[in-house]
Amino acid sequence: MEKRIRVLVAKPGLDGHDRGAKVVARALRDAGFEVIYTGLRQTPELITEAALQEDVNVIALSLLSGAHNTIFPKVLELMKAKKMDDVLLIGGGVIPDADIPGLKAAGVAEVFTPGTPTSDIIEFIKANVK
Amino acid sequence: MANETLKTKKQAYDAQVDKSLAKRPERKNLAHDRLYTPLDIEELDYETDLGFPGEYPFTRGVQPTMYRGRFWTMRQYAGFASAEESNQRYKYLLEQGQTGLSCAFDLPTQIGYDSDEPISEGEVGKVGVAIDSLADMEILFDGIDLGKVSTSMTINAPASVLLAMYIAVAEKQGVSPDKLNGTIQNDILKEYAARGTYIFPPKPSMRLITNIFEYCSQNVPQWNTISISGYHIREAGSTASQEIAFTIADGIAYVDAAIKAGLNVDDFAGRLSFFWNAHNNVLEEVCKFRASRRVWAKVMKERFGAQNPKSWMLRVHTQTAGSMLTAQQPENNIVRVTLQTVAAVLGGTQSLHTNSKDEALALPTEDAVRVALRTQQIVAYESGLADVVDPLAGSYYIEALTNQIEQECWEYIHKIDELGGAVVAIEKGYIQREIQDSAYKWQMEVETKQRIIVGVNQFQVEEQPPEGLLRIDASVGELQKAKLANLRATRDNAALAQKLSALEEAAKDEQINLMPFILEAVKAYGTLGEICGVLRKVFGEYEAHISL
Amino acid sequence: MDIVQELLAGSPRALSRAITAIENEYEEAFSIMQKLYPHTGKAHVIGITGPPGAGKSTLTDKLAKKYRENGKTVGIIAVDPTSPFSGGAILGDRIRMNELTMDPGVFIRSMGTRGSLGGLSLKTSDAAKIMDAAGKEIIFIETVGVGQSEVDIVKAADTTIVVLVPGLGDDIQAIKAGILEIGDLFVINKADRDGVERLNTELEMMLDLNQNKVKWRPAVNRTIASRGVGIDELMEKIEEHRTYLQESGELALRRTQRTRDELLALLEEQISRRVTEKMRASGELDFLVASIEQRRQDPYSVVAALLDAYLI
Repeated sequence: MEKRIRVLVAKPGLDGHDRGAKVVARALRDAGFEVIYTGLRQTPELITEAALQEDVNVIALSLLSGAHNTIFPKVLELMKAKKMDDVLLIGGGVIPDADIPGLKAAGVAEVFTPGTPTSDIIEFIKANVK
Repeated sequence: MANETLKTKKQAYDAQVDKSLAKRPERKNLAHDRLYTPLDIEELDYETDLGFPGEYPFTRGVQPTMYRGRFWTMRQYAGFASAEESNQRYKYLLEQGQTGLSCAFDLPTQIGYDSDEPISEGEVGKVGVAIDSLADMEILFDGIDLGKVSTSMTINAPASVLLAMYIAVAEKQGVSPDKLNGTIQNDILKEYAARGTYIFPPKPSMRLITNIFEYCSQNVPQWNTISISGYHIREAGSTASQEIAFTIADGIAYVDAAIKAGLNVDDFAGRLSFFWNAHNNVLEEVCKFRASRRVWAKVMKERFGAQNPKSWMLRVHTQTAGSMLTAQQPENNIVRVTLQTVAAVLGGTQSLHTNSKDEALALPTEDAVRVALRTQQIVAYESGLADVVDPLAGSYYIEALTNQIEQECWEYIHKIDELGGAVVAIEKGYIQREIQDSAYKWQMEVETKQRIIVGVNQFQVEEQPPEGLLRIDASVGELQKAKLANLRATRDNAALAQKLSALEEAAKDEQINLMPFILEAVKAYGTLGEICGVLRKVFGEYEAHISL
Repeated sequence: MDIVQELLAGSPRALSRAITAIENEYEEAFSIMQKLYPHTGKAHVIGITGPPGAGKSTLTDKLAKKYRENGKTVGIIAVDPTSPFSGGAILGDRIRMNELTMDPGVFIRSMGTRGSLGGLSLKTSDAAKIMDAAGKEIIFIETVGVGQSEVDIVKAADTTIVVLVPGLGDDIQAIKAGILEIGDLFVINKADRDGVERLNTELEMMLDLNQNKVKWRPAVNRTIASRGVGIDELMEKIEEHRTYLQESGELALRRTQRTRDELLALLEEQISRRVTEKMRASGELDFLVASIEQRRQDPYSVVAALLDAYLI
C-alpha cells in the first residue's frame, strides 16, 4: 500500500455555502486523495484538532462570508501550537485579492479564488505536500 | 393530417443536415434539439395548457395585464453591519421613493447566535445587519412607519423570533399587527438542502413554520409567511428543472404540514410566495418560470383542492444568479445580469433583485448596486420587453421546452412522493445528492471546456487586482458586544427568566403555538441567542446529511 | 523520545502518526506494532454496523459521550469506502462527532477501506490496537455500512452492534442475508418513525428462530440517537454483554480465536511479502511468470519449489 495524500476539507465560520467545498472534496477524491470532510460551522479549534487526529497533509478551508482575516490566522496559530509544521494550509472562496498577500505572509500556502479549476488545486497539493 | 406532410419534410431536413454534419459539425454539449417545429407541440391545447394571463393554470402570468400597468417591484436586498447604519440606509432609500425594504441579516443572526458568542467571532455584521434583541430592531426601524412600508426579511430558522421583534416594534409605534406588510423567507427545507443556515431538526422546524402560518392568518393577515426558495438550490448547483421541482416539493411539504396542523388550505395558501433564480440560459429560464406556475396551479387545485384562485397562483420574487458572476473581468457581469434580468422579465416575475458586478469579489459597493438597479430600469423602460404579456408564448421551442421542464418537474415530485415527501428525501440526502451531482457535472464541464465561461476558461486577459471593494468595519462586533452587555445589565432579568421558561414548557407540547410565547420573550428583551437557546435545548439541533 | 514512547506517554500526535505508519505500511510500522503489542489487550472493542443512513455515526457519538460521562477514555475508528476507480475516498463520519473532537479523552480516526471488502480496512484492527496501547479504554469501530458483507467486524470487535432503522424497505432482506448472525446487540434507531413495531416484531421472531447462541440472546434496543433517547439503556446492555463475555468464558474464547486468526494472517502476509520481495529483487518473478505462461512450467510446481527454496 502506498502513501495517500490526506486532506481535511472544512467550512469554518457560519457561512453555509458549501457548493465549492463539496465540489473540491469530490475532485480531490477523484484524484486519489483521502478527504476528511467535516462540513459546516467549524471552529479553528475543531479544524486543527481534527487535522491532528487524522494526520492530514493538507487543511483546505472554504470561506465566503468575509471572515477569512479572522479565521485563517487563528487556524495558523493553533497549527503552530500543535507543532503541525508539515501541514499545508490552503484556502478558497470569496477572498479579495488585496487580502491574499497578508494571508500568505501569515502562512497560508495558497488561496484559490472563484473560477479556479479543481485541477489547479490538485496540482498545487501534489507539488507542495510535505 | 396536415402534419403528415410536415413530418415528411422534417425528416428530409434532418437527413440532409445529418449528411452535412461530417463537414460542418455542430458544437458539443448542446442541451436542446436543433430545431423546433409544430410537430413538437402537437399535443398543446391553448385553453388548458396556456389559458389567459391571470387565469388557471397561469402559464402566461399571474396578472391579466402583467407589466402594462405596473412594472415588477425592483427590490434590492441589502444589509449593513449595524442596526444604526442600516437604519440610515433604509431612510435614504425611502426618501428616494422606494416603498419596500429588504433586510439582509448577518450569519450569527441567521443561525440564532448572539454577537458575543465565540462562534460569532469574525462574522458579526459581515453579510448583513446584526440583530441581537428587540433593542436592535427598534434602532433598525427607528423613524420608519411600519404601517406604511413593506419589509422583506431574509430570515429562516429564527424567522419566528425576528417576526416577533418586528411585531413588537410596530406595537411600540402604535401600529397594530393587522396593518403590517412584508415577507419572511421562513423556508427551512432549502436550508437543509442547499443553504446551510439551519438550527433545529425538521420536525420542530416544520412546527415553527406552521405556527407562523396560523398566527399570521389570525393576527398579521397581510404578511407573506414564507418565500419558498429555489434560488439557493440553483446556486448550490442544481439544474433549472431541479430548482423548481425540489422547491415545489418543499412547498407541498409546507402545505401538507399546515393542513395536518388543522389549517384550511385557502386560509394560508394565498400568502405563500416563491423565489426563483434567474440564470444564464435565457430561454430555458423563461420556460422554467412558465412551467413552475403551471405545476403549482395544478398542485394546489388538484392535489390540495384549493378553491380560491389566489391559492393557485405562484407569485415569485427573483434574483439573478450570484454563482454565475465571475471574479475575472467583473465588468462582464453587467452583461450577464442584463441577460438574467431579461429572462426574469420575460418569465413574468413579480419582483426582482439584480446582483452587482463585484459580488464575486466582495459585498457590492454603492456604485455597483446603482448599475444593477439601472439594469432593471433600462429593461423596464427602454427595451420594450415589458410591453406585451408573455410575448414568447406560441414559439415552438418555448412551448416544447416549457412542457419538457414541467415533465421533468413532475418526475422529481413523484420520486420525492415515493420517498415519503421532501422532508424524508432531505433526511435521506436524496435532494442534496442530486444537487451535488449537477454541481459537479457543471464544474467538470467548465474544466474540460465543454462549457465556456467567458473570461474564466476562455478569452482570459491579464488582470490587475480590482480596486475600491467594499470593506466591512470590524468594529461592529465590539459595538454589538457592548450593547449586549448593557442590555443584560439593565433589563428585568427575573421577568425574562419567567418568559423563557414559559417558552420552554410550551415548546415541549407539540400542540401549542409558540408565536405568543416568543413574542412575550422578545418583549422582555430576551436576546435572539437566548430564545433560540431555549428552543435548541428542547428541539436539539439538525445534523447535516452528508453524502458526497 | 521515539514515536512509541511518545504514544505511551499520551501524545495524540504520536498516536496519529503511528496509525498513518501502519496504514501506509511504512518501514517502521512493523517495529511500532512489535513494541506496542505488550500494551494491548485492555480495551473493550465495540463494533457498530448496519446499512447506510441507519445513523451509525450519531449513535457512536452518543454512546461515546455516555462512556465519557462514566470516566472512560474513548477511541473511535470510522471506516468509509475507498473509490475503486481513483483510490481516493471521502471520509465524512466525523461530521457527527464534532463535540467529541475537542474532548482530550477521545481520539477519532477516519479510514478508507483501501480495497478491502469486508466493511473494514485491512489495518483497522491494527489501528484499534494502537489506540488500545495508547490507553483508550473503549474503542468503537464503525463499519462502512454497505450491507451484507460486513462480517470482518466480528473478528475485530468484542461486542458487535447491528443498527437498523424502520422504513428502509429491504432492511429485513439484509438481516436474512447474514447480518443477524453477527449482532450481539440490535438497535432500532430513529425509533420515532413509522414501522418501528413491525421491524421490532420481525427482528424478535428471527432472533427466536436463530437460537444457536443459546447462552446469549441478543436484545433489541430502540433509540433515537439524534435526541439521545435510549442511549443509557443501550450502554447498560453493552456492559451486560461485556460481563457475560467475561463470566461465561466467551471473551477468552473469542480472544484466543482472534489471536490465532491474527497470527496466521500476519504469518501469511509476512511470508508472502518476504518471498515476493526476494523474487522481485532477483528478477525470478518475471522469469517464472514468462515460463508459466509459455507452459514450460505449471504454477503449482513453481510454488512448491519456491516454498522449498525459501522456507526450508
